Amino acid sequence: MTETTVRVAEGPALVLAGYDGAPLLTLDAYRAVGGYAQLEQARAQDPQAVIQEVVESNLRGRGGAFFPTGRKASFIPTPDKIAKPIYITVNADESEPGTFKDREIMLKVPHRLVEGCLIAAHAIQSKHVYIYIRGEYVAEYEALQGAVDEARAAGILGQVEIVIHRGAGAYICGEETALLESLEGKRGQPRSKPPFPAISGVYASPTLINNVESIATIPAVLAVGPDEYAKIGAPPDSTGTRLFCLSGNVSLPGVYEAPHGITVRHLIYDVGGGVPDGHTLKAVMMGGSSFPVMTPDDLDTPLDANSLGARGYFIGSGVVTVIDERTCIVQFALRVAQFYMHESCGKCTPCRVGTRWLVQLLRAVEEGTARERDLELTLDVCDRIIGKCLCVLGDSAAMPVASCVTKFRDEFRAHVEQGGCPFGADSQLAGLFAPVDQHAHTSVAQEAAV
Amino acid sequence: MSTFYDEVQEIRGRYPEGTLSAVLPALRLAQERHGWLSRQAIEETAEALEVTPAYCYSVASFYDMFHLEAVGRHTIEVCTNVCCGLVNAQGVLEAFERALEIAPGETTPDGEITLRAVECLGGCATPTIVAVDHRYRQSVTPGDVPAILEELRSD
Repeated sequence: MTETTVRVAEGPALVLAGYDGAPLLTLDAYRAVGGYAQLEQARAQDPQAVIQEVVESNLRGRGGAFFPTGRKASFIPTPDKIAKPIYITVNADESEPGTFKDREIMLKVPHRLVEGCLIAAHAIQSKHVYIYIRGEYVAEYEALQGAVDEARAAGILGQVEIVIHRGAGAYICGEETALLESLEGKRGQPRSKPPFPAISGVYASPTLINNVESIATIPAVLAVGPDEYAKIGAPPDSTGTRLFCLSGNVSLPGVYEAPHGITVRHLIYDVGGGVPDGHTLKAVMMGGSSFPVMTPDDLDTPLDANSLGARGYFIGSGVVTVIDERTCIVQFALRVAQFYMHESCGKCTPCRVGTRWLVQLLRAVEEGTARERDLELTLDVCDRIIGKCLCVLGDSAAMPVASCVTKFRDEFRAHVEQGGCPFGADSQLAGLFAPVDQHAHTSVAQEAAV
Repeated sequence: MSTFYDEVQEIRGRYPEGTLSAVLPALRLAQERHGWLSRQAIEETAEALEVTPAYCYSVASFYDMFHLEAVGRHTIEVCTNVCCGLVNAQGVLEAFERALEIAPGETTPDGEITLRAVECLGGCATPTIVAVDHRYRQSVTPGDVPAILEELRSD
């Protein structure tokens, strides 16, 4: 059993500050690297001044939307303006395929997340923090609960209560309003916006929702100071470092902290050791499975929001998954579509019906029963999903699928012309089982017996 | 040992009065006690939460981790999303299928082991991720399958 590689690849250690391979699980260990010093300083400041520092750092959300963290906090009404409790919910529902960084924060530096929560609580004058952690994360829950309990016992929480709320297996609960529904004990189906959570979030009260990494970055922002933080990375819009999640067909997968602006190529080849066994890079799942795939001609793109955006990509949750030439891209698109079909909450018709339709179309392409015009139909279905639902889950199926059909048109066409998959069983994703099919199946053992 | 009812009241105390936030944790607790969410487990949960069993069913059925049918004493969950798929998740899943002679979603006839394929578990740097009784095993290969099963069967 191997451990996940977690280290600073280059630039300053901010989220991973003080971590040198041994998890900082105890209060003493965290204090020894300067832990909770920023909380102490923040509490001595006016709450608005703390928000202002985060605004000036231009820290942006690490969960995928890249919304300015300080601005989001500034939308929360102050207690004198509203006669309701003010809540913080931390999104630890990390479920975007290819994303595994928040988990490592909770396993390696859990107190940093706690410190970030308490600074945020001071900034927006909240006494109630909920950390919504995906139900599958058991060791992570234990590490984080241990840190919260230790901080409480040491009197660090003060007036603030931190409750860790465990999810129960639903990708959609990473969407902020679905998360709120789930936290309220309901099915995790997104709400229509407005009202936005800052005004009416959990229990119809003002609620700040931030990703784990965003919150865990706040102590570093205050430690280095907003002006210095804003110079790191690719200013003015992509400041600071982030935890990149490198996986797939790469020699040294892992979580790497590095400044925004390093290139995809640098991360894959210099940090990650390149594609193993002499294989060649065919595509990159960039930002997460919800976004357009990257082709090799764009590998020199800097990993910052503007550079990626100019080429039609998204930084998402910092995912870089390498796909080598042995992979059939139709199979990839199919497996991605199956995921979103499985996770669609069913509330909006374009997503509920569209994801199913995409799976049917892509399966037909893969099996060789599709016609040329089905490729246009696939793009048309994507077009009829994007932007037409309450949340972006449907878009998250349509964007990668459309990018595969568009960028790998020849490969899709080859399936149609040959009446089957040119890769046969040689593709790495050949026959990959999807949970969405769990109800109608035979085991390989049963098949062999027939 | 405290009763299930008392534990649910303790959970309810973590959340504002009059809210249903305790539903997920209470269902999780019920499942831990019963192994799955049987009719009895759902009814006990509903009673402790002062909601209808139908409400508990409607919530439980939305979430992948809640079992509305009996499962084995042990569960094996293999991630078959893309990142694990690129590094032979299918081979790992098939090795479990062959050894257990069941398909994903099924339980061995002796009621010991349930095999499931699941979506991304968030361990993409060490594929294939297999959650054995909800604890992650990292970098699992088909060759690791016999030892995992031996461990479970001797438990």
